[in-house]
Amino acid sequence: MARPERQAPPELFYNESESRKYTTSSRIIHIQAKLTERAMELLALPDDKPKLLLDIGCGSGLSGETLSEKGHHWIGMDISQSMLEVALEREADGDLLLGDIGQGLGLRPGVFDGAISISAVQWLCNADKSCNDPRKRLKCFFTALFHCLARGARAVLQIYPENTAQLELITSAAMRCGFSGGLVVDYPHSSRAKKYFLCLVSGPPSVLPKPKGEDGGSESEDNEIDEDDEEEEDNARTVKFSGRERPAKRSKLEKKNKKGRDWILRKKEQRRKAGHEVPRDTKYTGRKRKARF
Amino acid sequence: MRLLTHNMLSCNIKGVSKGFPLGIEVAKLETKTVEFNPQFLRHSFPKIEWKAFQEAAKTLGVNDLPEQVEPSMLDDDDFLRRFHHALLEIHLEEGDLVCPETGRKFPVAKGIPNMLLNEDEV
Ligand SMILES: C[S@@+](CC[C@H](N)C(=O)[O-])C[C@H]1O[C@@H](n2cnc3c(N)ncnc32)[C@H](O)[C@@H]1O
Repeated sequence: MARPERQAPPELFYNESESRKYTTSSRIIHIQAKLTERAMELLALPDDKPKLLLDIGCGSGLSGETLSEKGHHWIGMDISQSMLEVALEREADGDLLLGDIGQGLGLRPGVFDGAISISAVQWLCNADKSCNDPRKRLKCFFTALFHCLARGARAVLQIYPENTAQLELITSAAMRCGFSGGLVVDYPHSSRAKKYFLCLVSGPPSVLPKPKGEDGGSESEDNEIDEDDEEEEDNARTVKFSGRERPAKRSKLEKKNKKGRDWILRKKEQRRKAGHEVPRDTKYTGRKRKARF
Repeated sequence: MRLLTHNMLSCNIKGVSKGFPLGIEVAKLETKTVEFNPQFLRHSFPKIEWKAFQEAAKTLGVNDLPEQVEPSMLDDDDFLRRFHHALLEIHLEEGDLVCPETGRKFPVAKGIPNMLLNEDEV
């Protein structure tokens, strides 16, 4: 299926029928809640006291519900009228603003204790109108975000970049606007469960939060964020990195892991352990077949 | 929209240097009860631009907030309750927010301010 970002600008893509899914699809509801839980974990607020948070691309208010459950107040901004209507229907506790984050945020400096964003910021990479220059819009957004956060406050943005170039575009725009921090990638070896969290700090650099499954542990039923992808998840391990050069390198590494003989041997061993019948390993394992009949 | 949000909003039309506070034109108000949480009020107090807040509250018909405040008032339960009510319980449901510099109006419908800018305002 084509990426939503390729189909239409966000205010049109998130129309009434798409927005409807955010109250009717238990899968979407589950995913939004899980991603927000994880974003909150990475936000690592200093204590349990109620804070004022910003939800960027707050949409139907599903992510906001998780913030409210934790006792926080939030203000949400979204570009889609239909999504905000759904938030009203769901009786979101936060205040809602109809706005385009690519135009800045229109918020006073230093007031938010933290910000989260679930699956929204990659939309800024679209050049779906002649007036939309992704670089300008990203700059406008990150500058405004940096200003409205209290000093030392964090922002955790979960994003679905289309490719490494886009990831790089977003990350470097953030760094150029004064943020420090970096990317936390959960389950990097699973094409479906893999999730990018851009963790930003406005202020002096600090230690990046610990990624999930560093010990190579697998995603448990309970924690799973997306449809499961059994084989891949056995290997789920989190890679963390920050800075500009790293994304490209890391993805090359992954490709190697996915193809070559080593990868096949490892997969076979896993299947064996799981009690399946698997052909024995020979010198032919993982070799290309000749084009011959 | 609550006054908490109003106090955080500022007009960011290109070229506007003083976009805060936005004026308020009221067409419809609503009151919704919110759990009283002194901890959150004390935490938020230093962030509030009091003068703008107190004046906005007056526009919404809330006249019992003091003009001058100091942190010691946060120990007074009576003050906290009035602060709580004005900050979190009154909503502007329908009306307009007005840029103090350009007079540009941002319509509020169903409690949601439309802050979208036109191309030439960015
Ligand atoms: C995958 S949805 C997530 C919604 C939200 N987290 C929720 O719980 O419903 C992404 C949202 O980002 C919003 N969005 C995309 N581009 C935006 C922009 N430039 N400004 C504001 N919101 C935007 C979309 O309208 C959509 O509601």
